[in-house]
Amino acid sequence: MAIRDRMSGNEAVAFAIKQVNPDVMPAFPITPSTEIPQLVSTYIANGDCDTEFIPVESEHSSMSATIGAEAAGARSLTATSSCGLALMWEELLLAASNRMPCVLALVNRTLSGPININCDHTDGMGARDTGWIQIYAENNQEAYDNFIQAYPIAEDERVQLPVMICQDGFITSHAVENIELLEDDKVSSFVGTYNPQEYLLKPGEPMAMGPYSVSNYAMEARKNQELALEASKEVIVEVAKKYKELTGRGFELFEEYRTEDADYVMVIIGSAAGTAKQAVDDMRAKGKKVGVIKLRVFRPFPAYELAHALKNCKAVAIMDRCESYNGNGGPLGSEIMAGLYRERIYIEAVNYIYGLAGRDFTVDHVYAIFDELEDAVVNGKKPEQFKYIGLRDAMTR
Amino acid sequence: MRTDVSKINEQSPYQDLTKGLHMYAAATSKSFNTGEWRTNTPVFYAEKCKQCLLCVPVCPDSSIPVVDCRRQDFDYDHCKGCGICVKACPFGAIEMREGQ
Repeated sequence: MAIRDRMSGNEAVAFAIKQVNPDVMPAFPITPSTEIPQLVSTYIANGDCDTEFIPVESEHSSMSATIGAEAAGARSLTATSSCGLALMWEELLLAASNRMPCVLALVNRTLSGPININCDHTDGMGARDTGWIQIYAENNQEAYDNFIQAYPIAEDERVQLPVMICQDGFITSHAVENIELLEDDKVSSFVGTYNPQEYLLKPGEPMAMGPYSVSNYAMEARKNQELALEASKEVIVEVAKKYKELTGRGFELFEEYRTEDADYVMVIIGSAAGTAKQAVDDMRAKGKKVGVIKLRVFRPFPAYELAHALKNCKAVAIMDRCESYNGNGGPLGSEIMAGLYRERIYIEAVNYIYGLAGRDFTVDHVYAIFDELEDAVVNGKKPEQFKYIGLRDAMTR
Repeated sequence: MRTDVSKINEQSPYQDLTKGLHMYAAATSKSFNTGEWRTNTPVFYAEKCKQCLLCVPVCPDSSIPVVDCRRQDFDYDHCKGCGICVKACPFGAIEMREGQ
């Protein structure tokens, strides 16, 4: 019988960490993820779990120590946000290239500047090419559920890659919602004990990790890493199916909400998917054929699966909570459009930028975006690409 | 079953390399001749040496071999020429020479 409780997203992830009881957690506080290490260290102090907590002097160190602990043979993790993730940049790539199955609880917050502490996906998207698996949550329940699935994905022999479990700063991390928790023993048996085949402290079997690689080796090593990331897709799906059998909850690579006959679809990541779904319900009640795809797994990117999920609609709005500063929209927009073209699916595709630095995103915005898609398809009015949603604009006042 | 890393070479296809280039062997750094990087070289004057061994633990590259409690001449295959041993020696038994 599942445990019904109410928790913030940070509390939910900290509770999941307590239940998984990893071996080592080095961490450094940063808003809005600070509560996660704070709550875990409280669990440790109260004897609720026996994770070794290492208070470090920076995020550069927290990720370094996470890698070191993982290399030694310990199941390890850390948590961070925003600039903390940016300071980990070098180590993020090392965690992946050294094939460390560690976990990072990321609470998404914008990056400076202008300096701001609120939610957008700039931090996570900045780390999108570091070789980490990235799984995003819509709400506190999903943040909890995704964390429980992190180690079974990361530690699978086919994968052996680090996993980032992402949730929206403040919007889910600090808002309290109803939640269903698993019993400790169910979490333990789902996650299993960590039995790495090779690790630095293995008695009698010495090894080295992270050796210098001359050009004759580095490209082959990168190919193997890329293949592991590709292979992780089927593992993510397998683990999601197994979790659904256990709990009745969850999605594989993405959730399709009322898309079966939809002419207009919005693809979106994270908490704003809830807003989009509400708007879809409202518009469906008025007879509009609209739907939402909520992307759960951003890395590996399900380009093929998304393209085919979109092939029967007339137009798609691709929502980026991140500005890429490349003059070509956001990362989600670029990658979905590339996937559509590769599959020769020529639907109208419009990339929007929304919710930067905690800017509100409301059902009214979603209605307007769907209206714009319809106007493009029905009346041939070319929509503006990379439009900022909710922007104050002297020209449109 | 561990991969036999001695069978991997610069012509091996990617399928034959280990995960994350993990090196399943011990003391492999010995075969990497870091002494080639040296631009300044410590010179050991055995007649001035009192065998206090203060230089040995400060060497970051373990390039001062000790046999029967007595330090030997430098392991120039691995000494990078940092000069820390010169600072550590109270007897002037080590001097830096410019070049390899």
